[in-house]
Amino acid sequence: MALKMVKGSIDRMFDKNLQDLVRGIRNHKEDEAKYISQCIDEIKQELKQDNIAVKANAVCKLTYLQMLGYDISWAAFNIIEVMSASKFTFKRIGYLAASQCFHEGTDVIMLTTNQIRKDLSSPSQYDTGVALTGLSCFVTPDLARDLANDIMTLMSHTKPYIRKKAVLIMYKVFLKYPESLRPAFPRLKEKLEDPDPGVQSAAVNVICELARRNPKNYLSLAPLFFKLMTSSTNNWVLIKIIKLFGALTPLEPRLGKKLIEPLTNLIHSTSAMSLLYECVNTVIAVLISLSSGMPNHSASIQLCVQKLRILIEDSDQNLKYLGLLAMSKILRTHPKSVQAHKDLVLQCLDDKDESIRLRALDLLYGMVSKKNLVEIVKKLMSHVDKAEGTTYRDELLTKIIDICSQCNYQHITNFQWYISVLVELTRLEGTRHGHLIAAQMLDVAIRVKAIRKFAVSQMSALLDRAHLVASSTQRNGICEVLYAAAWICGEFSEHLQEPQQTLEAMLRPKVTTLPGHIQAVYVQNVVKLYAAILQQKEQAAEPEAAQDVTQLMVERLPQFVQSADLEVQERASCILQLVKHIQKLQAKDVPVAEEVSALFAGELNPVAPKAQKKVPVPEGLDLDAWINEPPSDSESEDEKPKAIFHEEEQRHVKQRQPEADEEELARRREARKQEQANNPFYIKSSPSPQKRYQDLPGVEHIPVVQIDLSVPLKVPGMPASDQYVKLEEERRQRQRLEKDRKKKKKKDKERKGRARRRGSLLSESDEDVAPAQQVDIVTEEMPENALPSDEDDKDPNDPYRALDIDLDRPLADSEKLPVQKHRNADTSKSPEKEHVPVTEKKPKKPKKKEKKLREKEKQPREKEREKEGKEEKPGEDLDFWLSTTPLSAVPPAPEEPGANAVIAAAQEEGEEARREEPADEAEDDDERDPEKKPSKHKKKKHKKEKEERSKDKKKPKKKKPASDGAAEPVENGALDEDPLPVRARVQLLPLG
Amino acid sequence: GRAQPRPRPAAAMQFMLLFSRQGKLRLQKWYVPLSDKEKKKITRELVQTVLARKPKMCSFLEWRDLKIVYKRYASLYFCCAIEDQDNELITLEIIHRYVELLDKYFGSVCELDIIFNFEKAYFILDEFLLGGEVQETSKKNVLKAIEQADLLQEEAETPRSVLEEIGLT
Repeated sequence: MALKMVKGSIDRMFDKNLQDLVRGIRNHKEDEAKYISQCIDEIKQELKQDNIAVKANAVCKLTYLQMLGYDISWAAFNIIEVMSASKFTFKRIGYLAASQCFHEGTDVIMLTTNQIRKDLSSPSQYDTGVALTGLSCFVTPDLARDLANDIMTLMSHTKPYIRKKAVLIMYKVFLKYPESLRPAFPRLKEKLEDPDPGVQSAAVNVICELARRNPKNYLSLAPLFFKLMTSSTNNWVLIKIIKLFGALTPLEPRLGKKLIEPLTNLIHSTSAMSLLYECVNTVIAVLISLSSGMPNHSASIQLCVQKLRILIEDSDQNLKYLGLLAMSKILRTHPKSVQAHKDLVLQCLDDKDESIRLRALDLLYGMVSKKNLVEIVKKLMSHVDKAEGTTYRDELLTKIIDICSQCNYQHITNFQWYISVLVELTRLEGTRHGHLIAAQMLDVAIRVKAIRKFAVSQMSALLDRAHLVASSTQRNGICEVLYAAAWICGEFSEHLQEPQQTLEAMLRPKVTTLPGHIQAVYVQNVVKLYAAILQQKEQAAEPEAAQDVTQLMVERLPQFVQSADLEVQERASCILQLVKHIQKLQAKDVPVAEEVSALFAGELNPVAPKAQKKVPVPEGLDLDAWINEPPSDSESEDEKPKAIFHEEEQRHVKQRQPEADEEELARRREARKQEQANNPFYIKSSPSPQKRYQDLPGVEHIPVVQIDLSVPLKVPGMPASDQYVKLEEERRQRQRLEKDRKKKKKKDKERKGRARRRGSLLSESDEDVAPAQQVDIVTEEMPENALPSDEDDKDPNDPYRALDIDLDRPLADSEKLPVQKHRNADTSKSPEKEHVPVTEKKPKKPKKKEKKLREKEKQPREKEREKEGKEEKPGEDLDFWLSTTPLSAVPPAPEEPGANAVIAAAQEEGEEARREEPADEAEDDDERDPEKKPSKHKKKKHKKEKEERSKDKKKPKKKKPASDGAAEPVENGALDEDPLPVRARVQLLPLG
Repeated sequence: GRAQPRPRPAAAMQFMLLFSRQGKLRLQKWYVPLSDKEKKKITRELVQTVLARKPKMCSFLEWRDLKIVYKRYASLYFCCAIEDQDNELITLEIIHRYVELLDKYFGSVCELDIIFNFEKAYFILDEFLLGGEVQETSKKNVLKAIEQADLLQEEAETPRSVLEEIGLT
């Protein structure tokens, strides 16, 4: 009986190990949740047992379940129990579970301090290792403070296996407990010259991460890193150091000058794509920071662009992508060098891979010029049509708008073309960016006065077929353009050819299905149109026609009064009452047009988006003090403030530019005269801006304008912008001919050959393309005394700000890291201590061990000091170092193999290793191809052997061998310089 | 209440995810402290995004303010998140290196190896990367550390003694 019971319990405990659980879950696909909740119940039972093996098994299963998304935070205490197991097997599982599910909010984490400290000082390096690994995942500010000293001690452990882990985790400690940075930094710096390459690379990693966030504190390390860069053959390390230099150079341009040579050498010599890519990026960063005073940096830029072109032309999508990405960085400062590769970029637009197309789009932004804009946009428009998937299409749309509108429409020579492009874009189905198109339409119509007539004609056509734009629910985003169309037609109604028709289009019942904010704009602008029509009719002495319009308004406005949208309802009610009042006046034959128009008198000027922010705060005004209760955030987007108040109107008048003002007034006077003299339908023949342009003295007659005017007559909705491509060509051709004719005259005076060449060159240049219309892009208004300040965009929550610490200042006593002694006293006060079974066992033992450790750690440190003494550099002082040129430090360029036999040999070896270490991707594609993996094994093995060999060879050369003189590579877990056979045996024995 | 929301503290690598073609998570390693909720959200979003990509697409994508580097090996996707200034190619190399390590350890590794020995997969990763940084660039050294730790485990794992313990209770 007793035996059976025991057997039963064994079965129960072992019927589910991890494998069984995994299998079980796979077999219960239909009722997975139920099965797992059953398993969790079992696990809960298992955790109640005293047997640590059972507990560890349960925790292991929980870790798996956590990955599947189940909450296991309730088992945190059990996890700590397993962490404290004396057996490595269980400890490992405990720490794994902790690293997967502990975080700063885990409250029992404070119970782990003593256990972790015990494990850190364990005689087994694997216990220590597992504790360090775990800690790196869940270290909290408290743990960091309490354990900083222990970890710092481990940085000088005899085993490189521990040293490198301790060095790496120090970075996490710094982040959580910035006070530890200064006391620990000297030792960290020592590790940059650790005899073990792994530890050295770890130290480089940590310092590079630190320096990347606060570069100025690490400038003084530049000489040391420079030495490492020119001597290291480990690509992992090189990449980190080069990245670090990229962060340092903006602070010290002289450093950049020093770097260019070794970096370009690396670019020439390396075959590891990852390193090449890093070098190119850093050279770009250096050149950007050097933008001035670098005489022959064009060669470096050319080299980068050339290498990047090779990447982009590669069949590997990854290299193509990165090539384009890096190219866009060069573009910002050296657009000319990149523009030469426009063909390549355009080619990438046809790539199958969307990510590559997007990168190419980014590049195009900087590549457009007056000359090629129309062509590039045409290409993009054709992609819009082809694009599948709304994301990419939306991206194209944004890019088209970005490209065209950049630098205040700098590249646009023909705004009719641009308006046509925008109108074409409204035919996009399901785009989210209707508001972008709308914003462009508004901006162009408001700021480019010459285009208003054309814009209005296009917008009225758009309003006329609003049903197409806003028909299906899918097209919701695009109906935003109606907002712009309605406003433009209303505000610039004097340009409308058939205002009545537009008015009717805006009063259609279908309009009430549009979003509220658009309806509100409709209602408001209907009145503007109405005012314009009234004026026409009254001037033409057609009172009946005027009354008909009023009647139409009275009939149609109620549909808006019933709107559920408050804004629409309120505006419509007001206006309806106004119109009814007008109706009464009209019945008495009172002329009303003048007064109604007065509602919208005055001109709206574009205001810079930042204008409001830039208004200086008057002295003595506290903007933070509440006057009344805090106002709610109301959406003011759809209200366009109108200048109906006298005061405001005056201000606008004052701010208008005097010349434009006179011109405008003259034009209006002219228009009014014509209006009075003629039938209102003559308005359309009023002088168009284009015609005025033709009349301007000194500018040749441009027939193209008349051809352009035919465009609006096309059936709306047909692609119109294409026609401009041909028209533009013709126009420019004519311009060129004209210019050539002039040139010829000049040429007779000048010397023949030179002038001709220059002439042909000039005709190709960008500046030469004259705009189709004279365009006065109104600049946006800014308040007087606007502050030129740019907002401080530093994030106050930046975790690295705490690490912005001066590391050169000598260490004060008060800064020393808390030592174990008084921390033990601290923790013994803690009431939770009793819950941790292991912590109280042998509190004194770790201390002894630490002492031992300290003794041991002296040895390597002494060695290092010796070394430092020997390698005394001429320039510890940064200024001195920067002012001297590197001599032997820079490896010669590989193109000259015969230069120096010895150096060449050493170089070759370095090269070899460089190729072997990481990322020699271009060399063989198979490496990255999983399908071909097996066939690669042999090759890889061969390579690895080579790698090992070259390492062995290098070691004695690179470092002064440590006193024992062993040229053997230091291996983790193997015996180091320190002969401690007893310890080594201890490791292999089961503990406890 | 000591855990305050703050911007994600960075590591060279923010996290690594392994998931199957069916979108099942096979391994997750987070080098930045995030709440479970956030981890789940990120995982869900990323798995979706990566699986939606076409096979011939490049291995990189921009996601939130991070760069995602992923690579498919047989039925498994290996997916890492790095910061803006980090090197995509070296991250691909890290992924490849890890796959090689798994391959060496399990002997031509397959998805099932990782499912059934997921803790081993973690142990290998922990010897290769620490806190998101590469801690050991030599494959040989990583495998050696794992083998030795395993040896320690096997010696400790004496099933008989466990049985005895149970028999005694």
